[in-house]
Amino acid sequence: MSASPIVALKGIGKSFGETAVLRDVDFNIHPGEVHLLAGENGAGKSTLIKILAGVYQDYSGSIELEGTAIRPRSPADAQALGIAVIHQELSIVPSMTVADNLFLGGFLCRGGLVSDRLQRAEARKLLSEFGVDVDPGGLAGDLPVSAQQMIEITRALRARARVVVMDEPTSALNAVDTERLYGLIARLKERRCGIVYITHKMEEIHRVADRITVLRDGAFAGAAKASELPIARLIEWMVGRTIDKQYHRESPAFGAELLRVENFSVANAKAGLPPLVCDASFSLRSGEILGVAGLQGSGNSELFWALFGALEQRPSGSVYFAGERFDARSPQASIRKGIALLTNDRKATGLVLSMSAVANITLASIARHSPGGWRRSQSERAAAESAARSVRLRAASLGMEAGQLSGGNQQKVVLAKLMETRPKLLLLDDPTRGVDVGAKFEIYRLMNEWTSTGTAILLISSELPELLGMSDRVMVMHRGRVSAMMDKAEATPQRVLAAAMGQRPERIQ
Amino acid sequence: MTPAERIGAMRQGGAAASRMLAAPLIRAGVALALVIAVGIIFHADGAFFKVATHRDAFRQGSVFGILACGMTVVVISGGIDLAVGSILALVAVSFSVMSIWWQWPAGAAVVASLAVGTACGVISGGLVAKLRLQPFIATLAMMVFARGLAKTFSGGTKVSTAIPRPGGSFDYAQIPEVFRWIDSRTLGGNVSMVTMIFAVTLLVSWIALERHRWGRELYAIGGNEEAARLSGVPVGLSKTLAYAFCGLTAAVAALCQAAQEQQGDPEAGAGYELTAIAIVVVGGTTLTGARGGIGFTLIGTITIGYLDKILSINAVPEASRLMLTGAIIVGAVLAQRRGRT
Repeated sequence: MSASPIVALKGIGKSFGETAVLRDVDFNIHPGEVHLLAGENGAGKSTLIKILAGVYQDYSGSIELEGTAIRPRSPADAQALGIAVIHQELSIVPSMTVADNLFLGGFLCRGGLVSDRLQRAEARKLLSEFGVDVDPGGLAGDLPVSAQQMIEITRALRARARVVVMDEPTSALNAVDTERLYGLIARLKERRCGIVYITHKMEEIHRVADRITVLRDGAFAGAAKASELPIARLIEWMVGRTIDKQYHRESPAFGAELLRVENFSVANAKAGLPPLVCDASFSLRSGEILGVAGLQGSGNSELFWALFGALEQRPSGSVYFAGERFDARSPQASIRKGIALLTNDRKATGLVLSMSAVANITLASIARHSPGGWRRSQSERAAAESAARSVRLRAASLGMEAGQLSGGNQQKVVLAKLMETRPKLLLLDDPTRGVDVGAKFEIYRLMNEWTSTGTAILLISSELPELLGMSDRVMVMHRGRVSAMMDKAEATPQRVLAAAMGQRPERIQ
Repeated sequence: MTPAERIGAMRQGGAAASRMLAAPLIRAGVALALVIAVGIIFHADGAFFKVATHRDAFRQGSVFGILACGMTVVVISGGIDLAVGSILALVAVSFSVMSIWWQWPAGAAVVASLAVGTACGVISGGLVAKLRLQPFIATLAMMVFARGLAKTFSGGTKVSTAIPRPGGSFDYAQIPEVFRWIDSRTLGGNVSMVTMIFAVTLLVSWIALERHRWGRELYAIGGNEEAARLSGVPVGLSKTLAYAFCGLTAAVAALCQAAQEQQGDPEAGAGYELTAIAIVVVGGTTLTGARGGIGFTLIGTITIGYLDKILSINAVPEASRLMLTGAIIVGAVLAQRRGRT
């Protein structure tokens, strides 16, 4: 065990507005060690990394680099201090050569002009040093994702990084490339680099980690040497022991089968990658909430988009809605049929921020308020007001631009918009994301209210306790496939998480 | 009142005033008021106070204003239309050929001409909505294409009442009645007919944007196209119609232009698209879409129109006028921007 850490984060706290996302977290990075940072989606891992990388500056607590206090003011600043972050989304310029990408931001020059010859020679040296077998003169965009990632890592190391943070680096890699990455990590360890590793894959944890720290709800949940931490214990730390009583699912009354999905598959829009959804079959009764659990890349969001007819690529398989065969061709057709989708990013895909709350609420049901095309403002306003009341929207005026409302109220505007289409099936993708506690309760109340009138809900939640608390059954997805279907009684956090990571439940029990 | 309360009250008053100023329509109005104030100060020996000056300012601004109405509709949807100047030339030529050479009845010539402009817009819109070309590229292509078509159709010359004969001599035709009507004055000679046509265009555009479902859809598309699509808005159709409408207004402007010049000039309208964009932007509609409206474009039209008139009655040379106009566009837009943070 090494003595002093390279980087020590002490008592880190961070909030966005009212909500605290990190509370008093300590995290040490030791030389020659892989420190795995684990936790559910939304546990605060990314926020912690962003603080270290200089993306956020307004945090409490301190960071020490080899004993001296630092406070990275920007990503470039952090990089200059020797902290390199390999983000999940690669920052490669596909239209430039490998060598150009390696020296991006600090091109090698001779006499004031960029020297391709110098760059290529230097690039060849660097690439061979890290065992990356690519042509420095080739276009980065022509290379497979794994090679692009290697280039990005090489670039980070060129700046003499002492700490390398990898955020789910293997999420886009196949088995061979993953091994290659592990080889690179071994080489980094030999050089006494400290490595922070984030992953959602269970099988990776003991393969790469030397030390594990778990975050839960923005707070420290536990830490141990990897060799001394059984997986069952790790999961316990991740999910916490008990589910809060705050998720009150009122006794549901199910009706007839509303939705039946058989052998549903969605191809990946990028050629050569595995399908987004593969051979999913399930059914849903009216009045029921079916939770769809899955970690990032599980395909559960894509399943929603495909059922709603919002993806370019046509899904295969068959869908029966209210007893009839239904092929979702467009969002417009699905809305008419009685299906509504709440996306997980209200700013990007849910709201028109520049329009008023009234205009947003009535956007999906505008035809009802404009017979023959001519809009009736009175009718719009009346409908928006009654919808706003039923979701308990708090806005100074419904004429306010949606962008001026708080996160919780924005979400209520989206929900009101969906309900105005009078849906029989709601696809809710993380309905409480970025929403304050009070608004969360109201969203749960609304879900109970809607299902009591026969609406069925498919629910995704980034918070596992919420998903388990609100669902009548839970379907778990892992890399596009349905890996488990559980009744409410069976669906313990441990089982769901294990299935979401692709493990058979028996093996961890 | 304690001092603290007084400061509080003052802050509140200040906040109310700055909120008023922050309302974009009022900011646009302030810019216009400034231009008019300049006119009152530099009245060129009272020329600014004559009715004829104002009538002419409006008449000269009307063609641009009509173009700007269609441009506003496209810009609100998040697009841009560079082809309006060329479409104007094409339709001016078509209208003159039909009316002068072919002696078509006025109604038929007008309807056919409007159809030509609308068709150009439908093609631009189709390129944008169906083939997903960037609006800049699609309408740049239409701009070049329509100009070529105008030259082909006119045989490269101006289509006027002097009709060339095979031998090199000319036949002289009457100026068509419809040309005279469009170029006439109404309301006791105080308002030009083209200004009335501009007013009607304004009204139709306003109704489309503010009172019809389509307008709401365009604002939604300009604000967040993906959210609009997921809300069931027929994005492709709405966008195509926006370019079609812009083509239609370019055709209306072309009728006015042809009537005023008493000819169809295949070189007409060059650079008009930029004036139309300038009017839209000076009015306060943002080029990124979703914010603004026809009211803004009215103010923008008058601002640019008066600016031009004031500079011309004060005999400011053309070169200086252009430079000043450029500077004022930047100033007006910067002033608008401060309103939204």
